[in-house]
Amino acid sequence: MNRKLTTKQKKELREIIIAFVLLVLLFANEHLNLVPVLNDIIWLRLVTYLVPYFLAGRDVVRRCFLGIKNGQIFDEKFLMTIATIGAFATEEFCEAVAVMLFYQVGEFFQGYAVGKSRESIQSLLEIAPEYANVQREDGSIEVVDPDDVEIGDILVIKPGEKIPVDGTVIEGFGLINTSALTGESMPREVKTGDSIISGCVNGENLLKVKADKEYDDSTVAQILELVESAASKKSQTEAFITRFARYYTPIVVIGAAMLAFIPPFFVGNFTEWMLRACTFLVISCPCALVISVPLAFFGGIGAASKVGVLVKGSNYLEMMAHLDTIVSDKTGTLTEGVFSVSAIHPAEGFNEDYLLRMAAHAESTSTHPIAVSVVKAYDGTIDPADVKDVENVAGKGLKVAVAGKVVLAGNVRLMNDAGIVLEDKDIIASGTCIYIAIDGKFAGSIEVADSPKEEAVRAIAEIKREKVSNVVMLTGDSKETAAKVAAELGITDFRAELLPQDKVAVLEEILSSVSNKEKERVAFIGDGINDAPVLSRADVGIAMGSLGSDAAIEASDIVIMDDNLERIPAVIRIARKTIAISKTNIAFALTVKIACLILGALGIANMWVAVFADVGVAFICILNAMRMLKSNS
Amino acid sequence: MKKKFKLENLDCAHCAQKMEDAINKLPDVEECSISFVASKMTIIADEEKMDAVVEAAIKEIAKVEPDCTVVL
Repeated sequence: MNRKLTTKQKKELREIIIAFVLLVLLFANEHLNLVPVLNDIIWLRLVTYLVPYFLAGRDVVRRCFLGIKNGQIFDEKFLMTIATIGAFATEEFCEAVAVMLFYQVGEFFQGYAVGKSRESIQSLLEIAPEYANVQREDGSIEVVDPDDVEIGDILVIKPGEKIPVDGTVIEGFGLINTSALTGESMPREVKTGDSIISGCVNGENLLKVKADKEYDDSTVAQILELVESAASKKSQTEAFITRFARYYTPIVVIGAAMLAFIPPFFVGNFTEWMLRACTFLVISCPCALVISVPLAFFGGIGAASKVGVLVKGSNYLEMMAHLDTIVSDKTGTLTEGVFSVSAIHPAEGFNEDYLLRMAAHAESTSTHPIAVSVVKAYDGTIDPADVKDVENVAGKGLKVAVAGKVVLAGNVRLMNDAGIVLEDKDIIASGTCIYIAIDGKFAGSIEVADSPKEEAVRAIAEIKREKVSNVVMLTGDSKETAAKVAAELGITDFRAELLPQDKVAVLEEILSSVSNKEKERVAFIGDGINDAPVLSRADVGIAMGSLGSDAAIEASDIVIMDDNLERIPAVIRIARKTIAISKTNIAFALTVKIACLILGALGIANMWVAVFADVGVAFICILNAMRMLKSNS
Repeated sequence: MKKKFKLENLDCAHCAQKMEDAINKLPDVEECSISFVASKMTIIADEEKMDAVVEAAIKEIAKVEPDCTVVL
């Protein structure tokens, strides 16, 4: 125990220790007969045992009576009180005190463990700014609550301070640490005019920021809201516990009542059977499950937020553990959004090299990303003297004289305007394509495509290692381009030539092809900007690179704060660990409890075992669930 | 209207469940959820009735766990 205890805990611990010492002394006296008078007069013996009993357990007794007054019988306190009173009644003084003491020790550890897990969760959420420095018109600086910052206020953010609300830098530059939000350890560079996001920590320099949003609308408040309310969307595992408790509790209470009243009719010894019934009830308390399973899920959600992934509910975390198929949008998600030439289709009578050379010369006059990619694909040198009479046709393309020939490079409309009719086979319906005409004759087309993100290749390999059976790429590109990109990414399954509105249908088809809907979940990854319907149709919608984008956060179930795909396998691992811990806890707690219940009914398990089965099991389960809070994957 | 409260001395998880059930049965409560782990209660109710609802909720909480208090 390295953490400090609260005052309340210290007091409890002190009382437990004193009560324990007293009990040992009394026990020794009983067996060695050091002070015979205490053993000989029964009421004196009772009184001496009642001292440690009340020292350790007076709160339990008090709560028992308060419970009765409020109509809440059959809670743990009630059961413990009845059980120990029963032990006193049968003159088992030592056992009565010991059981109460043991119960309190268990409660103490349980309380400590819960407090500690709460602390770890709080520290995961330590992104909330405590104050904001607002610069007033007269230049004075007022420290206010972030809630009181108004849109347009000028905020002064000193080095090391948290950015209180979303805003724009109006003075200063420097590095800000976004790791609390994104899990990204590299600080982000900001300068005047850049927008910055609340919850990040300012680096070494002073920044002046104009508030763009109120605190409640700022990223940090939204994230906190999400994570805190995530627990209310319950996973199936949690729902199982609730359902289970609904049948379990009445069955156990009826069982205990039968145990207390039926056997004594035949064999007598009412007190003995009453005690067995109490033992039975103490064992049965479902606390271990009720605490540890939600705790594991909360811990899992916390661990995910630590690596920059917001999971909007326990149910989504659970689905991540059962992923069968990941469907991903291509552009901007799997690829950089930076173009390179992927295919060259020369028309009849032209060859590839000639087409590319002419196109590269024409495009060398433009700085458009597509133009740059064409120039880059050309190996030879471009002689600027060959390029003349550049005419930029807005929204359509270029008209350039290259080595004495008129080259048109642009889209279909540019061709049509020049009276060049393209046949159907010449038109590349999807993807990004530049059509080239030379001296009024169609010469072919050049297709450009995005290059895959480096981390996407790694992420997909890792996702496959996590035994997600399918990764499907959706794209508007032509089949050839799509096949090429997919191969580079290590993806075998792709759907090409899709129009944006086709994506939902494709997803539907994939969803319906899954055989076991409970165990084989389908996730969709997109940038959240124009694929909101797909995001919401998938079992799990994952939005990428959406820090500060409200729409994406709204539409998706899981938000990856930076746009690093490698967070996905990390979340899958976190989810699997959460499920594994929950299942272990359920299996362990139920096995121990059922075994003890049977032993208790047979009279083999006494109150000691009962207290272990209740508090001990809860404590062990909580410790197990706490592993989730410690994991840094 | 949605309101959030911090709960102090919420020490028992199935008590939290009991409180949640009891508060959800109150008239005028649209939805109530209590997170044991976060020690937080969220109540959704009509704005005009909110004060009365919160008062009734506090009573329900005291019934289940006398030591548990709502930070207003």
